[in-house]
Amino acid sequence: MAPLVEMHNISLRFGGNQALDNVSVNLYPGEVVGLLGHNGAGKSTLIKVLSGAYQADNGLLRVGGQEVQIRTPQDAQSQGIETIYQTLALADNLDAVANVFLGREKVRGVMLDEDIMEVEARKTLDRLRVKIPSLRLPVAQMSGGQRQTVAIGRAIYFKARCLIMDEPTAALGPEETQKVHQLIKALKAEGVGIFLISHDLHDVFDLADRITVMKNGRLVGTVYTQDVTHDDVLGMIIGGVMPRNVRPADQPAPRN
Amino acid sequence: MQKQTASRAHPGLVQSLGVDGRILTMLVVLAVVWSVFQILTMGQPGQFLSPQNLWNLSVQTAVVGIMVGGMVMVIVTRQIDLSVGSILGFSGMIMALIQTVPPLGWGGNWILALLVGLLLGALIGAFQGYWVAYWAVPAFVVTLAGLLIFRNATFIVASGRTIGPLDDNFKVLGGGLTGSIGELWTWMVGLMVMAYIVYQALTNRNRRIKNSLPVRPVWAEAVVNGALLALTLAFVLVMNAFPYPGTTVPRGMPVPVLITLVVLFTLNWVALNTRFGRYVFAIGGNPEAALLAGINVKRMLVAVFALMGMLAALAGAVQSARLNFVTNSMGNLLELDVIAAAVIGGTALAGGSGTIVGAALGALLMSSLRSGMVLMGMPTEWQNVVLGTVLLAAVIWNTVYLRNRR
Repeated sequence: MAPLVEMHNISLRFGGNQALDNVSVNLYPGEVVGLLGHNGAGKSTLIKVLSGAYQADNGLLRVGGQEVQIRTPQDAQSQGIETIYQTLALADNLDAVANVFLGREKVRGVMLDEDIMEVEARKTLDRLRVKIPSLRLPVAQMSGGQRQTVAIGRAIYFKARCLIMDEPTAALGPEETQKVHQLIKALKAEGVGIFLISHDLHDVFDLADRITVMKNGRLVGTVYTQDVTHDDVLGMIIGGVMPRNVRPADQPAPRN
Repeated sequence: MQKQTASRAHPGLVQSLGVDGRILTMLVVLAVVWSVFQILTMGQPGQFLSPQNLWNLSVQTAVVGIMVGGMVMVIVTRQIDLSVGSILGFSGMIMALIQTVPPLGWGGNWILALLVGLLLGALIGAFQGYWVAYWAVPAFVVTLAGLLIFRNATFIVASGRTIGPLDDNFKVLGGGLTGSIGELWTWMVGLMVMAYIVYQALTNRNRRIKNSLPVRPVWAEAVVNGALLALTLAFVLVMNAFPYPGTTVPRGMPVPVLITLVVLFTLNWVALNTRFGRYVFAIGGNPEAALLAGINVKRMLVAVFALMGMLAALAGAVQSARLNFVTNSMGNLLELDVIAAAVIGGTALAGGSGTIVGAALGALLMSSLRSGMVLMGMPTEWQNVVLGTVLLAAVIWNTVYLRNRR
């Protein structure tokens, strides 16, 4: 099986700071890869290269086995790569419908087709099972969970093949976190590949099939979640060392 | 806290009407101001609510009214344009130079003058927008420079002279004795607007019902659209109640007022119904999100400044047509009136929030206050103190409103 996304030897320098140094990761359909590391380890930079917000100085990107150039967020979106940023990247003054379709509005002629967008947004958000009473309120007036739902709805409406989630549960309560977990499992079952960036080891151990750890812009390594303990992963994050006797994990985890 | 519970207890009225609370407030304030001025000027020959004064008021609102919609868009994108008064003066002067007979001017065609003026305004706006968008120079500084440059360029191109008289056809834009569309056309325009209001209300509602989306209650539709129809009718009646001097022939709507209404209607439509309008608000709400959503933020900013420049030039055409002679101080300090009108109309300087309708009402409120105070014979100094106070009050009210909404 070919990987859905392959990032090969990606390097990126900001001024004197080597933000990414020869980093290689891959992602297969229907799996969750947890991306871990300290603040400044390069996780967010790496996914911004994939989502088109940054461009790598060196390295290869392959999507579905084909080499691609991703220069803008639209390039990423046209490859089926959708990103849910930690900041959610919502326009707070606009309503839920406008945010779901931002940059990809439905139009009739030159006019926005508000009704179709509202119907479609309602369908998509209902799938996520978080109650949003009015889609026509500015999202600034919504709860954290509702805002998160809008951001996720934005990604799944456009049929993402690869979903990047940056700290999707950081701002959520336990119940809302649970809903996001269910959603991730549902998307996985549909064959969507997910990069999950998180600080919360419990989250990652609960959801990820493989774990990739970064430190100081370098790749520490990738392991199968079932092979390692929390302490092993902490060792990778803090010390930057691979645990002993683990299998190389550049293929999807074998199903049990 | 108490206020919040109160508004929760009555989710009915304002919310069911589906009208922005700030616009409702503006209308109430306008009604109060007009009533107070009417009472204060009751004994005089030129009462505030006389057709003559209201007709004049509409013409006096036109120049700021043409520009204020553009300023809303500029401010919504978190920018500011201090140069509109100077662009107005400079493009007005160029238009005057092109059409005025030699040796003072170049004796060109008035249509050519108008087109060149509008293009010039748009180019100046785009030029300023370019530095703001692509070089990240603060708009305050760029347009402050523009204010200085074009105010004095106006003096330079005319060698300090006053240029005129202007072409008679051009002067129609100014709303003088030849500048009204007459009784019949005023009715036609009014009826067309009324037909549009009804058509719009019915088709929107039907489409939403067909898509099983929530709609306003019927009584709310009736109240809102009924109010719009009544306002349109009242406007037509007032415009047709002011005759030419020494006759009973009604003048009808002045051309500059027609231009203002067309501009405001178009901008409002663009702001609410097109991608362009949506992106203006998205950029103001969260520029990073707009960028990540694939919106070309830089090009949008240039377009918004170009639009503002063109509107300033259009206002310059109206102003110079009204004055017949263009001086090099035309439009001086007008940027402050335009910004004040936008802010009084609920546009937040922090960006992301504002309406064209609110700003239009803001412009009307400002010119109403000025007109009323002139009628009362209040000294200019006091007029400005009052206007400044109103501006401050409006900003405070707007801040409180936005904070409570969170």
